[in-house]
Amino acid sequence: MIVESILIILKVVVIFAALMTGVAYSTYFERKVVAFIQHRIGPNMTGPFGLLQPIADAIKLLFKETFIPNMSDRFLFTIAPMISFVAACMTLAVIPVGDWLNIGGQRIQLIISDLNVGILYILAVTSLGIYGIILAGWSSNSKYSLLGGLRSSAQMISYEVSIGLGIVGVLMLSQTFSISEIVRQQSGSIFNWYFFKQPVAFFIYFISALAETNRNPFDLPEAESELVAGYHTEYAGMRFSIFFMGEYANMITVSAIASSLFFGGWNGPFLPPVIWFVIKVIMFMFIFIWIRGTLPRFRYDQLMRFGWLILFPLGILNILITALILVL
Amino acid sequence: MGFNWILISPEIAVLATGFILLILDLFIGKSRGFLLTAVSFIGIMVALWLNYQNYSIMGVGFQGIVINDPIGFYFKIIFCMGTLLTVFISSTYVSREMKGMGEYYVLIFIATFGMMVMASSADLITIFLGLEVMSIPLYVLAGIHRGRLRGREAAMKYFLLGAFASGFLLYGIALIFGAYGSTNLVEISQRFLFSSGFSGILTGAGMVFLLVGFGFKIAAAPFHMWVPDVYEGATAPVTAFMSAGPKAAAFAVLFRLFSVFQPVISDNFTTILWILAVITMLWGNLLALSQKNIKRMLAYSSIAHAGYVLIALTVGGRDGISAGLFYLLIYTIVNIGAFSIIIFFSGKNEKYENISDYAGFGYKYPFAAIAMTVFMLALAGFPATAGFAGKYKIFVAAINSGFIWLAIIGIFNSLVSVWYYIGVVVSMYMKQPRDESPTVILSMTLMVAVLVAFIGTVYLGLFPDDWIALSDWAGSHYSWASIVGSLVR
Amino acid sequence: MIIFSILAAVAVFSAVMVITRKSPISSAIYLIVLMCSLAGLFALQGAFFIAALQVIVYAGAIMVLFIFVIMLINLRDNDFGIDKRKIQKYLGFIFAAVILLQAVFITGWAMKEFSNETESAMSSEFYQSPVDSLDQEDYLSAESVAENLFMRFAYPFEVTSILLLAAIIGAFVIARKSDPIDDEGEET
Repeated sequence: MIVESILIILKVVVIFAALMTGVAYSTYFERKVVAFIQHRIGPNMTGPFGLLQPIADAIKLLFKETFIPNMSDRFLFTIAPMISFVAACMTLAVIPVGDWLNIGGQRIQLIISDLNVGILYILAVTSLGIYGIILAGWSSNSKYSLLGGLRSSAQMISYEVSIGLGIVGVLMLSQTFSISEIVRQQSGSIFNWYFFKQPVAFFIYFISALAETNRNPFDLPEAESELVAGYHTEYAGMRFSIFFMGEYANMITVSAIASSLFFGGWNGPFLPPVIWFVIKVIMFMFIFIWIRGTLPRFRYDQLMRFGWLILFPLGILNILITALILVL
Repeated sequence: MGFNWILISPEIAVLATGFILLILDLFIGKSRGFLLTAVSFIGIMVALWLNYQNYSIMGVGFQGIVINDPIGFYFKIIFCMGTLLTVFISSTYVSREMKGMGEYYVLIFIATFGMMVMASSADLITIFLGLEVMSIPLYVLAGIHRGRLRGREAAMKYFLLGAFASGFLLYGIALIFGAYGSTNLVEISQRFLFSSGFSGILTGAGMVFLLVGFGFKIAAAPFHMWVPDVYEGATAPVTAFMSAGPKAAAFAVLFRLFSVFQPVISDNFTTILWILAVITMLWGNLLALSQKNIKRMLAYSSIAHAGYVLIALTVGGRDGISAGLFYLLIYTIVNIGAFSIIIFFSGKNEKYENISDYAGFGYKYPFAAIAMTVFMLALAGFPATAGFAGKYKIFVAAINSGFIWLAIIGIFNSLVSVWYYIGVVVSMYMKQPRDESPTVILSMTLMVAVLVAFIGTVYLGLFPDDWIALSDWAGSHYSWASIVGSLVR
Repeated sequence: MIIFSILAAVAVFSAVMVITRKSPISSAIYLIVLMCSLAGLFALQGAFFIAALQVIVYAGAIMVLFIFVIMLINLRDNDFGIDKRKIQKYLGFIFAAVILLQAVFITGWAMKEFSNETESAMSSEFYQSPVDSLDQEDYLSAESVAENLFMRFAYPFEVTSILLLAAIIGAFVIARKSDPIDDEGEET
């Protein structure tokens, strides 16, 4: 009992630490990749190849003055970034980063909690994460923030449906909600990956996930050309950095889910499972940044039209076809 | 898994008609009115025919959720009649006043579907769902005419109070579920054997709440406050629809519930219903006396008529239920007939809806005036009209079951009601017409509706035997235990 | 039991806060808290599937729309005309108290009755609700929820879909602009 509790705490600590490092270095990674895309060099002054840049950034943000705008809702203003960040981190709890491990006669599953409704848990927690952004927009008492929050909530509602529809495609094949089970089903050959069985579902999921994480081309809630910085216009210092970390944590989580559901998670030859998992996550992170570096932003009506008139019917069609094939 | 689709074929027909109308409305141009009416007519006829086919295959289906019994069968006829007449009286009105909104018909058909679900459901959950499917289109229909401020006010009032009543209803259902661990009436009636005093009390409390919820829908007296405003505010065809079908649907559920729970609820319920019936009749009739607006007058009269049907509910059993069924059928036909004449006279934007506006119509439009006279006499319950047959049956049932005072109060109320119904006739024939005369709405469909209602009123008044026999047959199947015994397992 | 008490207390507390807060947005936030604690209560019973649905549907989707609308029309604290009619207020309290007393009374009665009288009846085969007839684990799984929803309660399920359709059509009819011809049904 005690061993198990310690193990769980240990897993939480390790995964959280890994996530934090990941978040820190994905900012670095992003700046480097975008710089490469734009024929620049990117951060290269702090440390070798600029590797200490994230730490410098963190220190800078920590020491900045944090203030709360006048006439804002203090409680909500403070709690909003935390909601967004915590929700992003909580999602990782049900994602398996590796297979069973044998250490000293103790079988350890490399997942914090193997919920049998893992996917639903993810959907639930991400849907709660929206409140961080909405409440930030509301409590700032600023029109830019409010507009950002409004856009965000409309966008999230629209694209969450498509995310669900994309995932349903996989669920119909896997017949389970448990993510570790889904990953196990994809072991063996590369063609067991659900990406090859449900390509449409993957693209629906991935595009909607871009929108869910407010990444370019769907970053309307923080569109700097129109809304200054959208929902976090009024945030500064540590509170701002929590939002920032939340966004990157979200990206990592979404990548982890995508690789678990569609790309076989930790499955892969030669290398240890954890490494494969990390490689796949980094690949998705790269795609995220690649898209950011190359695509222009949607207009708002285009965004809505695309979500409801293309992704949503496509998702339903995909489910129908999958069901037909399953039945026949 | 037995999904006995055939049992719900009338419902499916109605719903399918609604969907066809919805899609059709997209594609046809401005000359919509006639096509939509035709499709609606065919749909209702198909539903009636399917219902007639189901006459021979009574049964329980969908895991005991749908019940197709003679009472449901009879009520579906009532709903189809109401919807048919409503579609006919709406046709011109919709294309003229509302620029041919196709959704109008769709909403009417969905509401009809809800009523059918209510009438043939043996599960409290489904009853509630049916009620909501019926109510939501009604809320919208009440305010569908965008130009009418009164209509919007009516819709808002109706919606808020209706939502409140639904809350009561759900609470009642929850209590009954607490008593028996099931919402299915078949299962519940099987568990009566094991019921304790506790579940009896829960059932009693639950039934009180259900009575409040449905009392709102049937416009029984303490819960009737919305009726005059909504009936006046909504456009005339909508009011006609609202006053007929939904009321019958709520009564269908009440008849069913009271026959199911007969063994477990205490005799106090008879007293409650008794008082409710008396208050409803008195309130409706006395307030109708002082109304100047004809729609308001008919609103109060519809409250009073709910009171008469409540007498039938109080009596219960075979006689009571058959009397109630027969009365609701007649009321549906006569009331929609009366409203069709109101539409005929009302003119653009329903300018002329005061009783005094009807002055002199008797000579200008003799046929319409004769029809109106007949409808008013039927509502009042004059002999040789349908209304008399219906009231006669209810009062005889009451007297036979020993509710002599209830019958006397009912008869007294009918006498009172003659005053205000005759007022309309007097205004039409004996008052001098005003100078400005409204432009009447003349249309084929409206004429057909008036004609159908007129013939129905006279026919049911002179030769009611067939339909009385049908009601008696339906009423004789009231006993829940026998249905359950014969149909389940 | 401790977790249950905490969750229940949170739920009751936030339910009270929902109806007493003056600012609509904080009412909405307490409603979210309420939904989440209800989900916790479900999860405590082992009904993870229902708990997840509770959060996804209510807290995640419906409440976002609520807040969206509140933000869109920018309701601030004083935008509600506060009802000054005291009598109705007190009548409301009395009514609520009566209902509460009734609930307490019935629950108390139920505990007494079930403990002595109905035990024999409960154990008989007739008094088996569908809940009892399946074993606990099975009843709470997604499979059995689906089984119940699409087989046993297929008809109410379909009727619900019609209900939603009616609501959509109704909303469309109410919300569309005055001239039905030139309108494409743009969502606001």
